[in-house]
Amino acid sequence: MSFDIVVGVSLAYVLVLFVVAFLAERRARRGRLGWLRSPLVYTLSLSIYCTAWTFYGAVGYAVRSGLEFLTIYLGPTLLMVGWWWLLRKLVRIGRNQRITSIADMISSRYGKSATLGGLVTAIAVLGTTPYIALQLQSVTLSFGVFADTPVGWDTPDQWLVTAWVAIGLTVFTVLFGTRNLDANERHHGVVTAIAVEAVVKLVALLAVGIFVVWGIAGGIGETMARIDASPISQVPIDGSRWFTLIFLSGAAFLCLPRMFQVLVVENDDERHLSTASWAFPLYLAAINLFVLPIAVVGLDLLPPGSNPDLFVLTVPLAMNQDMLAMLVFLGGFSAATSMVIVAAIALSTMVSNHVVIPIWMGVRRGLGGTSGDVRGLVLMSRRLSIAAVLALGFLYHQVSGGGAALAVIGLISFCGVVQVLPALVGGLFWRGATRIGALAGTLCGFAVWVYCLLLPSIGADVVMSAEMLAHGPGGIAWLTPQALFGVPGLDPVVHCMLWSMLINTMVFCIGSLASFPGPLERLQGAQFVNVFEDGANPRGWNEGAVESEDLLVMAQRILGAREAQNLFLAEARAQGKGGYLPDNTPDFLERLERELAGSVGAAAAHAMVEQIMTGSSVTVRDLMAVADETAQIMEYSSQLEGKSRELERTARQLRVANDKLTALSVQKDAFLSQISHELRTPMTSIRAFSEILMSGETLSAEEQTHYSGVIHDEAQRLTRLLDALLDLSVLEDGRAQLAEQDAVLRDLIDRAILSTTSLSSNTVFEIRRDEPSEKIVLRTDVDRLSQVFINLVANARKYCDAEKPRLDIRVSRAGGELTIDFVDNGSGIPAASQQVIFEKFARLSTASAVDGAGLGLAICREIMVRLGGSVAYLPGQGGAAFRVSMPVAEAVRAA
Amino acid sequence: MHHHVLLLEDEPNIIEAIRFILSRDGWQVSCHSDGATAVDTVTRLEPDVVVLDVMLPNRNGFDILRDLRAQRATASLPVLMLTAKGQAKDRERAEDLGVSAFMTKPFANAEVIERLRSLVGA
Repeated sequence: MSFDIVVGVSLAYVLVLFVVAFLAERRARRGRLGWLRSPLVYTLSLSIYCTAWTFYGAVGYAVRSGLEFLTIYLGPTLLMVGWWWLLRKLVRIGRNQRITSIADMISSRYGKSATLGGLVTAIAVLGTTPYIALQLQSVTLSFGVFADTPVGWDTPDQWLVTAWVAIGLTVFTVLFGTRNLDANERHHGVVTAIAVEAVVKLVALLAVGIFVVWGIAGGIGETMARIDASPISQVPIDGSRWFTLIFLSGAAFLCLPRMFQVLVVENDDERHLSTASWAFPLYLAAINLFVLPIAVVGLDLLPPGSNPDLFVLTVPLAMNQDMLAMLVFLGGFSAATSMVIVAAIALSTMVSNHVVIPIWMGVRRGLGGTSGDVRGLVLMSRRLSIAAVLALGFLYHQVSGGGAALAVIGLISFCGVVQVLPALVGGLFWRGATRIGALAGTLCGFAVWVYCLLLPSIGADVVMSAEMLAHGPGGIAWLTPQALFGVPGLDPVVHCMLWSMLINTMVFCIGSLASFPGPLERLQGAQFVNVFEDGANPRGWNEGAVESEDLLVMAQRILGAREAQNLFLAEARAQGKGGYLPDNTPDFLERLERELAGSVGAAAAHAMVEQIMTGSSVTVRDLMAVADETAQIMEYSSQLEGKSRELERTARQLRVANDKLTALSVQKDAFLSQISHELRTPMTSIRAFSEILMSGETLSAEEQTHYSGVIHDEAQRLTRLLDALLDLSVLEDGRAQLAEQDAVLRDLIDRAILSTTSLSSNTVFEIRRDEPSEKIVLRTDVDRLSQVFINLVANARKYCDAEKPRLDIRVSRAGGELTIDFVDNGSGIPAASQQVIFEKFARLSTASAVDGAGLGLAICREIMVRLGGSVAYLPGQGGAAFRVSMPVAEAVRAA
Repeated sequence: MHHHVLLLEDEPNIIEAIRFILSRDGWQVSCHSDGATAVDTVTRLEPDVVVLDVMLPNRNGFDILRDLRAQRATASLPVLMLTAKGQAKDRERAEDLGVSAFMTKPFANAEVIERLRSLVGA
């Protein structure tokens, strides 16, 4: 086929991809994501795992090693089917933390360590470069096989084709991979183009397969027979190699930068994973379906010595199926370009965020902190990184001469890249994993890989001498690169994987156990390991003592003026503040940091915010130490606060107690003074009259009798007073013994009326009662209750000032409560005095009027309390009115 | 000439006893029991000396004494205060208000006469 047609079709195909990418990008920008976010697109984008290595190399692999090529696809299949929860954890963390690449993931996990980020980036670049070279080589090879070389072109001039392919891919990647600065604003255009390419390569391989099975071999039965007869089925299965390769491919699926890019960074929806977990293995199965038939038919059909890596293309060509060959060419082209584009995007993000930006930050700090436009710098560094990555791949391709078999280059790459696996998986599940452990483990594993696999693979006498390869450096046998520690005879890949993973994991564990994680590491570790636990969102920032304006200035440089202003404005609104400057709450700083991390990576974003936060170049460790100290001081001061509150409370209690004591003391003084008065008054009369009687003055007999009578009465009064006082004191102390017995209420009232008759003998005192209602049997201290009744009736007799004094005694019962009201028709007790009459010595009238001691009602009150009831003044009854209430057993009525 | 003594007291037996001993000693004795109108009564009757009980109904003896000292006619009137509350601070309070003499109940009859005599300069 003519060179021009092949070039033309290739260009047309690229143009179609451009249009697809452009349309998808425009659609996404307008917010109409629709099918762009379908799980199908996500699954198809994962197919970049199947590169030209799969497309062309699988057949070659099968020809050389039989069924072993399947291991490369069994690894990811097992991972997708059995371990998709691990992927889900990765995706969740990636979204939560706005992770931009696998280097960012590991750097974030270990305290946003810039060193780790740089190391992972270096490994990724070293591991991916041969792989990119491999893609370029496959395109060039297929081109060379397919197109008639123009007149004047020698085979060495094919490098021009490679160069043009590299340049074209650079342009495409720059155009669609660096449109958005924020790597987390997904590359919808690129992903859609990749999905289209995934379909093309699958269709192409299936078409060749169908042509081979039914067009050449003549059906399934014949094909199976051919396979059985071919040497391919005779290749024995090497168990250790199978195990190693399955593990290796599964691990590489996780660790390859481009896989991380489509799996985690470009993931729109966590649920897409569950679709991909069955759909992607199906895709892998489909794409491998016809590998064996093509290999077998190719071996039969083509002359010995033909490159089996190109059977997919050369078989249709040999049968003069030009259109099919063209489809195959485009399929291979798709497989190669999609891998290169995504790998270049992923690597450029890593290089830019973990190498260029940190170096620039250091330089800027050295220059005294004048900040430039980060936005432009980041974009420029990404674009240059893409060009550099492709240039490296091109260079590798030229230097290595494109001689090695495709599968071998792929496996070497895999081994290098999976050296980040222990740090990655360990960081997801083990909170004790530290930065030191991750660094040391990864470095050791990387070193073993370089020493045991990478350098020897370049060939004897290039870097390592043949002597050294055979017998170890300086003849030290146990350091022989492909037989470490005296274990010879292992396959180089198995050997490298065994030792590198073993040493890597051991050093990682020991290093983690031996070192102490910094505060930020602990925070991040908890967030990663516990990503599925809700609410666990420890804060990286404790204080917000910075001018928001400084942060805005910085954010504008990185996010772009409008995005930054919108972010700040929205936050200010959310905080309920006017203007566009929000308070620097930890929430906001955290969010800002994440926004920035989407553009420049977590470590750089943290360092930037930190620089503004502190105004000087303080390390994260210092900052966290200060935060720890602050937390301690806050804890201490809150303890002090608690103490002082407690003291205050105690003081208040003491004051109350003191007030009570003071009041009690005043009451006691008043009481003593009252007692004194009440005792001295009768004694005064007694002394005065006895002195008169003793003075020997002439007194009439009448006078003598009268004065003796006064002395007698006053002595009686004194006795009553002392009795009342003692009674009250006994009641108040609760020492009074209650003697309960049954009695009928009516009898008690009768007794009270009878024993007070003498008090009102001179006037007619009417007492009205309703005797039937008084037929209630009580069980109580009868004498005490009688004492209360007597007191109340006596008070009425003594103090009722009506012309026709009358006392109403009304009994009523409601539920379990009995009330007896004593209401007279006198002038009653003034409202102001109603509160004090039950106090001791609260006698209202003068002692001269009657001979009470002023303790009667006080005693009544004490008695009723002791009997479980009460006595109270009833206002608004016309005269003086008292109500006695007490509990009474239900339905007990005297006959 | 008989000296005129006004007895401000509410306890009937004590009134009777004091009235008896003072009459026998040749005093003209008036008596009043209500605290509220005590000052008016003193002003109206113009006695030579007043015997004042602290615990009177409606108004206490200290307030009455203060009023008596406050008005010119009675400012220097001899007042003998009698109290049943035998507390030291009552005596101090009475002395601060300008009492002429202070005795606690129960008292010796002879002493009352003695004090009153000295107050009126008899």
